[in-house]
Amino acid sequence: MAKKPKVWVVPVLRVVAFFATVAAAIVMALNKQTKTMVVATIGSTPIKATLTAKFQHTPAFVFFVIANAIAGVHNLFALAVEFFRKKFNFKGLRLLIIVPILDMMIVALVSAGVSSAAFMGELGRNGNSHARWNKICDKFDTFCDHGSGAIIASLVGLLLLMIINVISILNLRKLNPIDRSVVP
Amino acid sequence: MKLMTMARTKRVFTLLLRVLALGATFAAAVVMATSHEKANMFGVRFEAKFSHTPAFKYFLIANVVGSVYSFLVLFLPAENLLWRLVSALDVVMTLVLTSGVSAALAIAYVGKKGNSHAGWLPICGPVENYCHHVGGALASGFIGVLIYMILLLYSIQTNLKTQLV
Repeated sequence: MAKKPKVWVVPVLRVVAFFATVAAAIVMALNKQTKTMVVATIGSTPIKATLTAKFQHTPAFVFFVIANAIAGVHNLFALAVEFFRKKFNFKGLRLLIIVPILDMMIVALVSAGVSSAAFMGELGRNGNSHARWNKICDKFDTFCDHGSGAIIASLVGLLLLMIINVISILNLRKLNPIDRSVVP
Repeated sequence: MKLMTMARTKRVFTLLLRVLALGATFAAAVVMATSHEKANMFGVRFEAKFSHTPAFKYFLIANVVGSVYSFLVLFLPAENLLWRLVSALDVVMTLVLTSGVSAALAIAYVGKKGNSHAGWLPICGPVENYCHHVGGALASGFIGVLIYMILLLYSIQTNLKTQLV
């Protein structure tokens, strides 16, 4: 039958989205760069200071890691619901409806995390001359590169989550129509 | 006596929610656009404007798009086929608004508390009114996001004819 292959679309997309969001969370969580720099020169001896750039310094990146971790856990939960649907069939009807609702909330959460991390990264890359905030990416280039990679991975996960959400909601229509013939 | 049918109640409720969403996003956009302050501290001139920060510009654009969308949807006649598209666009709008609020909040946090590790000083000391102004715009943006989330669930249930809750 032509309908058979379509059952595998959503779980496959969910696995990829799971890997994307988890990868983004892990890459950003391990984002750390230490650099020894000359800060000042007194006389003829340069004073060196060891500066570290960590993701915990910025609340936006912390939120990004947390949002992507939550999205990863949600994807795992949704995959479990997808595969064990036959076993929990009496509960299955309610679980199947909760998954798209949670999907929407997770999509909003991940988009918030991505955009805040992206704008903080932009601030780090370009600085802000009006507020006298210097850019930090010229000194900590690996930190910035890893951050950009994590943001791109999260964007891919976000896009996949949106597609999964649309497909899930469209599938709901066949499952649970409102009976409009009955006058309330 | 004219009975309030179920369909009419739903329509009135949806319209009310959309008008509230329009108000919240429009207020956020206007308050952000009018945030501007000049201060003079120890001879150093500070000028704070929303256009200095790309995050605030993005917040403004997101809220303008949200309010224009709300305004246009208000005029859609009932039982039109386009309501399904409105459902899908509601998801996209919630996304855009959430990301705008989140980005502006991240930058505003740095502006208020600074970031000692990066050597970024907070700027809310000299330009306090600007900070309050922007805070008000953010609060309005948050309310817009909340209303949009409620609207999203409601619109999917009504327009796609599925029972979500």
